Amino acid sequence: MTYKIDPRGYYGEFGGAFIPEMLYPNVEYLRKNYLDIINEPAFQKEFRALLKDYVGRPSPLYFAKRLSAQYKTNIFLKREDLNHTGAHKINNTIGQILLAQKIGKKRIIAETGAGQHGVATATVCALMGIECIVYMGAIDIKRQAPNVARMRMLGAKVIPAISGSQTLKDATNEAIRDWINNPEETHYIIGSVVGPHPYPDMVALFQSVISEEMQWQLKEQTGSPDPDIIVACVGGGSNAAGAYYHYLDKENVRLVAVEAAGLGVDSGESAATSVLGTKGVIHGSRTLLMQTEDGQIIEPYSISAGLDYPGIGPMHAHLIDSGRAEAVSVTDKEALDAAFHLTRIEGIIPALETAHAFAALDKIKFSEKDNIVVNLSGRGDKDLETYIKYLDEQVDK
Amino acid sequence: MNRINRLFQNKNKDILNIYFTAGYPGLNDTEKIILALEKSGADLIELGMPYSDPLADGPTIQESGQVALANGMTLKTLFNQVQSVRESSEIPLVLMGYFNQVMQYGEERFFKKCAEVGIDGLILPDLPMDVYESDYKKMIEDNGLTISFLITPQTSEERIIKTDELSNGFVYMVSRSSITGAKSDIENQQIEYFNRVNAMNLQTPKLIGFGISSNETFTTACQYANGAIIGSAFIKALPKEGAVESAVEGFVERILGKVSNVV
Repeated sequence: MTYKIDPRGYYGEFGGAFIPEMLYPNVEYLRKNYLDIINEPAFQKEFRALLKDYVGRPSPLYFAKRLSAQYKTNIFLKREDLNHTGAHKINNTIGQILLAQKIGKKRIIAETGAGQHGVATATVCALMGIECIVYMGAIDIKRQAPNVARMRMLGAKVIPAISGSQTLKDATNEAIRDWINNPEETHYIIGSVVGPHPYPDMVALFQSVISEEMQWQLKEQTGSPDPDIIVACVGGGSNAAGAYYHYLDKENVRLVAVEAAGLGVDSGESAATSVLGTKGVIHGSRTLLMQTEDGQIIEPYSISAGLDYPGIGPMHAHLIDSGRAEAVSVTDKEALDAAFHLTRIEGIIPALETAHAFAALDKIKFSEKDNIVVNLSGRGDKDLETYIKYLDEQVDK
Repeated sequence: MNRINRLFQNKNKDILNIYFTAGYPGLNDTEKIILALEKSGADLIELGMPYSDPLADGPTIQESGQVALANGMTLKTLFNQVQSVRESSEIPLVLMGYFNQVMQYGEERFFKKCAEVGIDGLILPDLPMDVYESDYKKMIEDNGLTISFLITPQTSEERIIKTDELSNGFVYMVSRSSITGAKSDIENQQIEYFNRVNAMNLQTPKLIGFGISSNETFTTACQYANGAIIGSAFIKALPKEGAVESAVEGFVERILGKVSNVV
């Protein structure tokens, strides 16, 4: 059994391309050509060179000594937070901007939640001198102000999505509508392993550099390329897809997907899609999503803008549905506490999204001998305001 | 015979298809609007199932959907309204919505219910033709429903042929590369596309939609197809409160050129 994409563009029963005809020519062109383009030696050479010299890869695999001692196991941190722009998102945008250039596109659009993907897209557009438009939920614009400022400095136009819940789902809707209106000149750089086929696989391939490096880094440090457990946070799921990718079909490696429970899975204010979701179609893909009985998509909630998404990538829907991956839910408070804990025990301030993965260490079983990799997907500079507010509240108590 | 096929058998030009969102502007306006449209001379009605995330729709239809949902519109209510209006109306009704809504209702149950309450056809813009063919074609046909797929200026000739084969009732010819309600005129580039498609001599009738909003654009579209579809312009013409009938009648009269376009 394989957990990678099948020739029809599905992961088990999840995936596919449920799109209006207006998007068909662009998506079909990508479907037919993405693998050939990505696998071309010239493309790989340019992609690898930029990852090395511009992004700063390989990102270190750091053995977290004090954290390991405390949990009585072996915890390694895959330092995607050290990439240029501060998260794993840039692995994908470097790949997609090169692809957009190859197919002659002159205008880039993107959606963003926490702003990390928006910043990573604005960055590669500046690097290549291409026009960049980023759709961002009006609510997210308020709660992620530093990233909005960065995008503007990079020359991108940030357009607020004012429909629906005014968060990531609506920013994605607006980006898709832009693509429908501008099909010829524009490439849409989706930031996660969501959307119609081939996007989930294309983004996973660009992110797979994470687990590719983990293999030789673990081999050097532990003698084996395989960890026992990989832990990653999942909104749409791109950092998890990258961290899992080369281990998907190695069933001896446990995969843990950490979702945002918001105020609690049963609180009505949550984004724990694998628990609360049912099968349906969102943003062109058949997957698990949070919806009413009548098929209306439910507004999710999480303190973390990057996990505040009512769906989950089809690869993850399949991994969780088939039992290959374990889903764990972490509340806002548990994530905040984990962020402070990591900061004070290892001197690393994680993004709020990433903090969810660390909180999961309190919820999963492991042994002393285990080697656990936590994908440290992003750094927390953008979340300082939230962190400091929380700190002040704790002091007041 | 299905009411849509009967319509096209009796009339092959100047067909006016009006789209509106069920439950908008008021929850109970659905039936009133259907009856008023029929009375004032519309040939076909495309009834929108309001959806939280309508990807192919512009702001006007999005907002009407949000209002309808806030009014408490559900599929159950919609089906009840259609069943009730069928006691006094024989106008062909096409249900338009997004595939997720059908999935949640249960595909087979949905198609059966449509047939039972008097829906004649479906438009599901995000249901891919290959999935339709492998999973749903038989179910939809067995329930006597038509289905219309979309073509756009970017659709390849090969795919237009496929669309013609799989659609029944009519093929939905999207006039331009856009979401609904974007621009409202017809340019030379679009005429070239209409001519190109017409030269293919499709077996299924064609209706042109997107950007049709006036007597002028309707008349032009009718020169290149069997008729046209109007959505956003009609929704804009509906009053947010109060009686809808006179607004509906006035709108249809203007489109059909029975009165001056100037209000």
